[in-house]
Amino acid sequence: MSSGNDTGGTLDALLQVTDLHKHFPIRSGLLIERTVDAFRAVDGVSFHIDEGETLGLVGESGSGKSTTGYCILQLLKPTSGSVRFMGKELTELGREDMRRTRRDVQIVFQDPYASLDPRMTVGDIVAEPLVVHTIGTRKDRRARVRELLDVVGFNPSFTNRYPHEFSGGQRQRIGIARALALSPKLIVCDEPVSALDVSIQAQILNLLKDLQRDFSLTYLFIAHDLAVVRSMSDRIAVMNKGQLVEIGAAEDVYTKPQDDYTKALLSAVPIPDPRAMKERKAARRKLRHALAEG
Amino acid sequence: MALLEVDNLGTHFFTREGVLRAVDGISFSVERGQTLGIVGESGCGKSVTALSIMGLIPQPPAKIVSGTVMFDGTDLVQLPEKELEDLRGREIAMIFQDPMTCLNPTLTIGTQITETIRRHYDVSKNDARKKAIELLEEVQIPRAAERLDDYPHRFSGGMRQRVMIAIALSCDPKLLIADEPTTALDVTVQAAVLDLLDDLRQRHDMAMIIITHDMGVVAEAADDILVMYAGQIVEQASVLDLFDHPEHPYTEALLGALPQIEGEGIRDGRLTAIPGRPPDLISPPPACRFAPRCPYANANDTCTSVMPELREVRAGHWVRSAHPACERAGAAITAGAPA
Repeated sequence: MSSGNDTGGTLDALLQVTDLHKHFPIRSGLLIERTVDAFRAVDGVSFHIDEGETLGLVGESGSGKSTTGYCILQLLKPTSGSVRFMGKELTELGREDMRRTRRDVQIVFQDPYASLDPRMTVGDIVAEPLVVHTIGTRKDRRARVRELLDVVGFNPSFTNRYPHEFSGGQRQRIGIARALALSPKLIVCDEPVSALDVSIQAQILNLLKDLQRDFSLTYLFIAHDLAVVRSMSDRIAVMNKGQLVEIGAAEDVYTKPQDDYTKALLSAVPIPDPRAMKERKAARRKLRHALAEG
Repeated sequence: MALLEVDNLGTHFFTREGVLRAVDGISFSVERGQTLGIVGESGCGKSVTALSIMGLIPQPPAKIVSGTVMFDGTDLVQLPEKELEDLRGREIAMIFQDPMTCLNPTLTIGTQITETIRRHYDVSKNDARKKAIELLEEVQIPRAAERLDDYPHRFSGGMRQRVMIAIALSCDPKLLIADEPTTALDVTVQAAVLDLLDDLRQRHDMAMIIITHDMGVVAEAADDILVMYAGQIVEQASVLDLFDHPEHPYTEALLGALPQIEGEGIRDGRLTAIPGRPPDLISPPPACRFAPRCPYANANDTCTSVMPELREVRAGHWVRSAHPACERAGAAITAGAPA
């Protein structure tokens, strides 16, 4: 099978991931646990992201897409492989160096209900990265928080309120403001809209596009929704069972998919067009049979 | 007469903050063998509608305050709980979004299927077991006879939803209500489950109500569609007519907000986001509930003073708006509304 890995990255890519592996031990035994095997959540993944572009990483649950994101941020320690970001090898950085590097690489999480501390006010949540990295005086930080909230379309006069007072879309804006606080170069967006309703989802996707343009951000955009990924990405990588099965320009991957898994995935998406759906239904049944037999 | 006729159904929640009008006077019918799609965003009342039909709303705090639900000639709202229990599962079955929380983790799936069969039919344990194996085979679970003695945690999400479908079909219901049946599933699994539901509906000649937030899912599965917003039906039409000519500004906006998978200029384009968010149903806008978010509402109309009625703008196409697309073409320019 052809590997979807993209090894042709250049030296000046913002992020270069090479042969990344993350294995989780499978333990067994009642009293004395032994490692009997390893679950290969990420199994040899390579890709690069250029400055200012969005790479979409799409796959189904358990494909390893979020684990890949966590390994880039070193929130999970990769089993092996290299993550080069702005010329630095992140896997070899010590705690303190990694902490400093996080100014340039931030994350927006999926669940805006779980990723904001319910005991902190909105203002404190957004200011926290500034406090951790000891940036500015208290007064500077307060001004910066208001500016950030304004940028993401959240009413800055609500800084003293708590997250539970806001809807999912508003909470995700808070999470985005927090990610922007340190003016990062790269933001890993891990399913940023999958918990939101369609009309709110569109607001957040538009916001992410505006922010990218205004602050020349680079995104790794991780999601399971193929249409959402398409609308955000310049290039798209398709992940299945820990490996990239296909990577390329968004247009090419969606109109001329090479890999069978990519084809099956695309054919399974229900589209809001009842006439086209009739043909798609017939086509996907055929593909499913072919995959089951082949 | 249609199999199911819902007339002016109202379900309110009596909370400490006030009366929440979750379902506020909705009417529709489902013909035998037809599939009705109910689509809308969270909190629009689509699930409460389903639970009200089934008599499964939590009372208190909820209460059906108005309307009738005629199923095969019987009003389910008036039916005593005991008779409703006989009807549920046998005549009307329901499957839910999350197949993990709906199955009892401490019982084998065989026990859970035969329990349903023996609740409604006087058959021996052995016969019920045989029927259960047939059902698992029908929903395409491999090695059905062996899997019968497994516990739910041994099944994947898609397989669990198949088990739920098998339980729902065990008494050959006339109506199957599927509430977000594929929302928790991966897209390839979703496709397989939707194909399965379609096959089963035809084979058993069942009517189906499919409730979803996903316009793609209704486009493929439904014959007719209801669009709900803030407890009301805002648009009602056949699936082809609704997608060819959406009339309500909300339906149009919802379709515009969907990212497309095919087409040109997708990466650089913007989605038409709907500003604001759905209203609070304890104190909803006095007239048209969509008016505060509607691009066509303006100072010269009655959107904020008169509640628009659901009216038929074309044969079989109903819309609750003062500004349906078909009447807007010329008027929009003079009113200065965005095209």
